[in-house]
Amino acid sequence: MFTDDWNDLSSDQRFAARMDAWQNAPIEFASPDVRQAYIDRVQLWRDAIALRKPVHVPIAPWIGLFPLRYSGFTGHDAYYDYDKLGQAWDKFHADFRPDALAMTIAMVPGKVFDILDYKLYDWPGHGVPEDASYQYNEREWMKDDEYDLLINDPSNYWQRFYVPRMFGALEPWQMLAPFTDLCEAPFTAPFFVPFALPPVKQMLQKMMDAGDAAMEWLQAFMAIDGKQMATLGIPQMAGSSAKAPYDILGDTMRGTRGLMLDKFRRPDKVKAAMERLAPLAVSWAVRSADATGNPLVFIPIHKGADGFMSDEDYRTLYWPTFKAVLLGLIEEGLVPLVFAEGGYNERLEVIADPEIPEGRMIWMFDDTDMARAKKIVGARQCIGGNVPGPMLTMGTPEQVDAYVKDLLGKTATDGGFLLGTGIVLDEADPAAFKAFIDAGRKYGAQV
Amino acid sequence: MPSELTEAIVGMREDEALAIVKRELDAGTDPAAVLEDAKEAMSVLGKRFECGDAFIPELIMGGEIMKGIAAEVAPHLKAATSATTRGSVVIGTVAGDIHDIGKDIVVLMLDVNGYDVHDLGVDVPVEKFVAAIREVQPRIVGLSGLLTLAFDSMKATVDGIAAAGLRDQVKIMVGGAPADAQVQSYTGADGWGNDVGQALRLAEQWTGGGA
Repeated sequence: MFTDDWNDLSSDQRFAARMDAWQNAPIEFASPDVRQAYIDRVQLWRDAIALRKPVHVPIAPWIGLFPLRYSGFTGHDAYYDYDKLGQAWDKFHADFRPDALAMTIAMVPGKVFDILDYKLYDWPGHGVPEDASYQYNEREWMKDDEYDLLINDPSNYWQRFYVPRMFGALEPWQMLAPFTDLCEAPFTAPFFVPFALPPVKQMLQKMMDAGDAAMEWLQAFMAIDGKQMATLGIPQMAGSSAKAPYDILGDTMRGTRGLMLDKFRRPDKVKAAMERLAPLAVSWAVRSADATGNPLVFIPIHKGADGFMSDEDYRTLYWPTFKAVLLGLIEEGLVPLVFAEGGYNERLEVIADPEIPEGRMIWMFDDTDMARAKKIVGARQCIGGNVPGPMLTMGTPEQVDAYVKDLLGKTATDGGFLLGTGIVLDEADPAAFKAFIDAGRKYGAQV
Repeated sequence: MPSELTEAIVGMREDEALAIVKRELDAGTDPAAVLEDAKEAMSVLGKRFECGDAFIPELIMGGEIMKGIAAEVAPHLKAATSATTRGSVVIGTVAGDIHDIGKDIVVLMLDVNGYDVHDLGVDVPVEKFVAAIREVQPRIVGLSGLLTLAFDSMKATVDGIAAAGLRDQVKIMVGGAPADAQVQSYTGADGWGNDVGQALRLAEQWTGGGA
């Protein structure tokens, strides 16, 4: 990792090492001033995370397709035309100068999805209109009787059951044996026999084609983000992702409805599956963070929001394995950047868990009472978010200004706060969005 | 005094509820009465949801148990019952948005509360809403959406209904997690809701308790 003695370092030492690496990222800045701007922006984040008062409140909205729309482009352009994506990113960041980059990783490559015949989501031109964002196809991608397969061997389950359903082009993977069959010499050749079959060969070719398309996307993505960082001094918002185990199951495996029924019909299996998934979620984030050098781990959470389950279920079903993921990431020195979509008013006491080390993660909220969130969660961790998407889409600049002023007055006076949006912005009225940025600059320096 | 069946459903005891239904039907109980007990359970769950004592999983599981009971009861019903409805509702997720969980819960609860619900599904174009309103002549139209892009689709749908000369015949509710008074005002709808309770209250208010 970052140091030769990584395994001997404490969690706090790893945290400091990762933060230093982020702040001193090996970027060829356009000028010393831009370099300083980058360092200063990362310092805003460091101060907010540590519950100190930054020079001003960092402005970190969740950005989806808004920059595309702002430049007169579409969702389809975002996913298929990297030149237009780059133009949109240039204009958005130059005009608004937030304290973190829009999340380029959410601008998914349509070409890769096309090659793989991706079924989990629809995207512009494939089930949703040209100007829409990608959207999940809610269904039971994992069947209700497959929990034991998942629990016994998650990798085998993914490769031979889940992935062949996820991608039409990868259906032939069902013909392959589990890799754990490979051990002694006499059992080796049988494993490779299915690779002689034409459907498997075609599948492998498509995977290589998808790899080429994914590499093209990665290079475009790195060039686009690299340019923003080098010329404007704006850091990336996160360098890895993880999920709460309940959401891994509920978002894209069993589906919202399927998992809600499982909670009644097979609660022990749900619990065992979540326990199996928790360390995998940590490992996923650590590998990505090691590669990107950015300590913030983006974790959007969904199915534990207010109304989605009882408080008792949240405490006993959702939180324990999610907490294990958070603790696992923090142990590695990473900073969970949790985006609690929907209402989280009923969960505040639970997530202010005293066993989560203080000043080591960020809770971004959506439709949550921010004064209460500040009092309960903000006493231990940095919080942020909340400016409503509908207001930025349909509200007046005056409304937005008043909202931000009130929000910062309630939450940011003693630091530990990030100004952000309650939703990922695909749509926004440019005047209202400008008012959001301007109000953040004005009041965020005064509080 | 809730029946044994109502209690089993409210307690989320699926196997027990289905066993009671089989036992009652075998004993010659009026199948319509069995269904009434089941609907009563959904009504109790709806009220608990309103008070914060039940949540979306309980509504969905209740609906699932209801589905199982309806399948058991159906062969025993001699003829279609001429149930009176509290009014017709045309509902769907607007164009460009494919989210359906919230809408489906509203559909379920409107149905068990006696409304004749016509669910147009997801990503519903304006013309399909207009055609359904012409055909069904509903009192209420429900426009659902989760994404911010849905606001423009909702507005286009309300405008399309008006352009077709149907606006005065219907009350329109916009719903979904991000719905609020601003969304209602922007779209030109008559009411808004971001949970099933608000949808039921609006429907009740707009139908005055009867069709």
